[in-house]
Amino acid sequence: MANEKVIFRANGLTKIYRLGEMAVQALRGIDLELRAGEMVVLLGPSGSGKSTLLNILGGLDTPTAGEVYYLDRNLSVAGEEALTRFRRDHVGFVFQFYNLIPSLTARENVAAVTEIARSPMTPEAALLEVGMGERLNHFPAQLSGGEQQRVAIARAIAKNPAVLLCDEPTGALDSETGVMVLEALEKVNRELGTLTVLITHNAGIADMADRVIRLSDGHIVEERRNTHKKAARELHW
Amino acid sequence: MTTLDRKLIRDLWQMRGQVLAIAAVIAGGVATLVMALSTYDSLLATRDRFYADYRFAEVFTNLKRAPQAVAQRLAEIPGVGRLETRVLAVVKLEVAGFTDPVTGVLSSVPDSGEPLLNTLHLKRGRWLTPYASDEAIVSDTFADAHGLAPGDRIAAIVNGKRKTLTLVGIALSPEYVYQIAPGAMFPDFKRYGVLWLGRSALAAAYGMEGAFNSLSATLTPGTEARPIIDRLDTLLAPYGGIGAYARRDQFSNRFLSEELKQLQTTATVFPAIFLGVAAFLLNVVVTRLIATQREQIAILKAFGYRHLTIGWHYVKLVAAMAFFGVAGGVALGAWFGNGLANVYMDFYRFPYLDYVLAPRVVVIALAVTGCAALSGTLIALGRAIRLPPAEGMRPETPIAYRTTLLERIGLQRFFSQPSRMILRHIERRPLKSLLTVLGIACAGGLMMVGNYQRGAIDFMVDVQFRQAAREDLAVTFIEPTGAAALQEIAQLPGVRQVEGFRDVPANLRFSHYHYRSALYGIQPEGRLHRSLDSALRPIRLPAGGVVLTDHLANNILHVKPGEALTVDVLEGRRRSFEVPVLGLTKQYLGVSAYMDQDSLNAMLGEGNVVSGAYIAHEPGAEAALYSQLHARPRVLGMVAHAAAIKSFYTTLGEFVLFFNMVATLLAATIAFGVVYNSARIALSERGRELASLRVLGFSRGEIAYILLGELAVLTLAAIPLGFLVGAGLCGILVMVFKSDLYRLPLVLEPYNFALGATVVVVSAIASGLLVWYRLGRLDLVSVLKTRE
Repeated sequence: MANEKVIFRANGLTKIYRLGEMAVQALRGIDLELRAGEMVVLLGPSGSGKSTLLNILGGLDTPTAGEVYYLDRNLSVAGEEALTRFRRDHVGFVFQFYNLIPSLTARENVAAVTEIARSPMTPEAALLEVGMGERLNHFPAQLSGGEQQRVAIARAIAKNPAVLLCDEPTGALDSETGVMVLEALEKVNRELGTLTVLITHNAGIADMADRVIRLSDGHIVEERRNTHKKAARELHW
Repeated sequence: MTTLDRKLIRDLWQMRGQVLAIAAVIAGGVATLVMALSTYDSLLATRDRFYADYRFAEVFTNLKRAPQAVAQRLAEIPGVGRLETRVLAVVKLEVAGFTDPVTGVLSSVPDSGEPLLNTLHLKRGRWLTPYASDEAIVSDTFADAHGLAPGDRIAAIVNGKRKTLTLVGIALSPEYVYQIAPGAMFPDFKRYGVLWLGRSALAAAYGMEGAFNSLSATLTPGTEARPIIDRLDTLLAPYGGIGAYARRDQFSNRFLSEELKQLQTTATVFPAIFLGVAAFLLNVVVTRLIATQREQIAILKAFGYRHLTIGWHYVKLVAAMAFFGVAGGVALGAWFGNGLANVYMDFYRFPYLDYVLAPRVVVIALAVTGCAALSGTLIALGRAIRLPPAEGMRPETPIAYRTTLLERIGLQRFFSQPSRMILRHIERRPLKSLLTVLGIACAGGLMMVGNYQRGAIDFMVDVQFRQAAREDLAVTFIEPTGAAALQEIAQLPGVRQVEGFRDVPANLRFSHYHYRSALYGIQPEGRLHRSLDSALRPIRLPAGGVVLTDHLANNILHVKPGEALTVDVLEGRRRSFEVPVLGLTKQYLGVSAYMDQDSLNAMLGEGNVVSGAYIAHEPGAEAALYSQLHARPRVLGMVAHAAAIKSFYTTLGEFVLFFNMVATLLAATIAFGVVYNSARIALSERGRELASLRVLGFSRGEIAYILLGELAVLTLAAIPLGFLVGAGLCGILVMVFKSDLYRLPLVLEPYNFALGATVVVVSAIASGLLVWYRLGRLDLVSVLKTRE
């Protein structure tokens, strides 16, 4: 795995938010490399900076200081248009609250992304990949939480992204449904070889990762490799 | 179709209530514009075609009597195109079964063939038999008012002799599009009519064989009317000419032009107010609507959709709503416009109506609506797009609420927890609260504009007929008569009071301003016919000078009290005088110049003679009095006030009421659209919060109190503000609606305020009920499952 191509490289990433008079330092100098095909779990309590890191990697936010490279492209100096392009072509997002568009069916939610992607799979194929092939024409309101999240995963992978960024994808789900969602992510990672970064504060999920990075107060406090990676269905919490 | 377009359609359907409400607001504004402008355009086009088709003359003059040979010389004046002479006479008419006084104009047409100028449009019946002496064609308004048909008979007192005429045709004339008796304030189709007779028949009755007392002419292209008028006046002076005038001053045309000018003002001011307010409301509503889409905008951005694509998506969403509004507004406006133009046709008589909906009108509607919708969309979109997507998807940071002023000054114990939530919410979003209040206030204000004219007209009529001209009947004599005639009238049964008056046609001049009007000599301390000061108190007319209607002095002649006015008398020896302006009198209807009667008699170098009399009579004495007066050969015409007012309310009133009804309807639509949208958007903004409260055990009533309580507070705050807005908008109307025909007073009756407030309150209650229903369907479980 260590020989795989480096997808993301971050050096001294710092992020300071201004909330009125207060300055909140979310990241305090993060150095990091993420490689192709890896399954990485970012662990940490809330406020540790993991979402900020994920957003900067995904081009949703820019660092205050430091650099982040996607392959050989410096994202920290990229403009709005370049970041839009980057997100459109290379990044798939999965959010804790699914964020499906309520007025579109499962198939259409995926199509909203495939229509603007460079070489996408069909919405049907993406939904089949996450086990949602039967519920193509259901609206979000007609789906359970787990099903909605699987549609969100299909939507994220449909563009064949280089990286899949998941922010607490099981945070709003019960353990059983959460496992189903994680299985879907595991399958995508295994079959498509997509670099998958998964944020959680649930240490139990860390066992399915190749690598676990623990953040606290804007620093990386621990980084370890799992010698025995567990399958998603073996997890519970 | 792209997925985004599919989302667009579904979103529109999902928000259909709001879409409809927004479209209604736009439609209200656009319909007003389309209605007013299309009516104006249509009447203008119709008038122009009618004038051209029926060869309406460009110069007119009346005289005592001139031999036909003079006409030849007049026709040779360079610049005169066609010229036609005729015989014109004012007579009393008798219609079977109708006892009120009826004044008629007899106008000659050639014995055979059509007139050269001012041709008639024969609506029913046939043309006169050549050289027939007892046939007449009647004006359609008069025929309609009395239900006369070809074959019916009518009597005219022609030169003192009763003559029976058989009506053979019913016609319209470009000369009498607006049929109003000279000196009358309103048209009265039952008591004033025009009859066309063969030239030789009429000439024989008035001793005008081989002569004429009226002529009209067209001008060759590019000819100015002024020099021709001067030339005609010079040539006709020996024949008792009383002054030629251009088409501009022709009675019917002047009224019509004034009315069209008023309509043009209406077509500018009403839509400007309605569309302006609608645009403002649209802007507010759209801004808030887009703000509620913040999360979806963030998702689209996270997917890598470009700003332009997202912007276009929302622009299309808003454009669709605007389009429904404009389309609905244009359709509604065209419908109302057609209706309004037809109401106009009731008292402006055209043979046809060319209904015109000019593309310009639709373009204006689209442009104004488009700008308002787009600016609202873009402002809100700009705000949503500037937000980094990561932040957009997070719930909005809780607003930094704090205790309100009311609570800080120690009144908190009077407020329950939900009441405090209402107060804090209002105080924390002052701008939003203010815009909501302003929006509802504008809607209420519009209602007042829509229905204010009714009260203004009642007030005008009251001032004119109950405070200034308080006589029941005004009688005009065939020619100025010795004051002894007044004694005679006073002896008639039922007469309570008689006051004589003297009036002469005159051209009033000051500096380079001039105005053709009548100069009235009235009793200085008359009890029937009085002049009023600016506070509407009767004033004593000072001797030795003129008192002018304020509008005539200030806005037409630009003369001030103390300055000298030139009066060119257009009768008798046609002399000119310099008279000082001694004062101004308040008058809402028409404009006039007044002198004390003795001063006027003295100036004209005549004794105590009167042109007519103002009469007050006992109630119920009308019929007997009319027939007594009618029987007197020196009595030419009579105008009964009660009948005039009644006819005014049924003709002009009908038009005003139609316009008011439409304006009120549109204002109510706008009001409801705004209030409903305010409530509906508040619900989408706070749905999650309210659902959370439900989960915590609040009842539906309690959360409704929090949401609707806020709406109620804002609505109540908006009502007094709406009164101010309404009064201000009516003030604008008063400023722009000033013509020599009438000036609207700024009179707001309690019912104006009541109606404005009622529509707002009813809209709020209806919106509240709709929101109440929606509150019952709040998805509580989803709140637990998803964030916050």
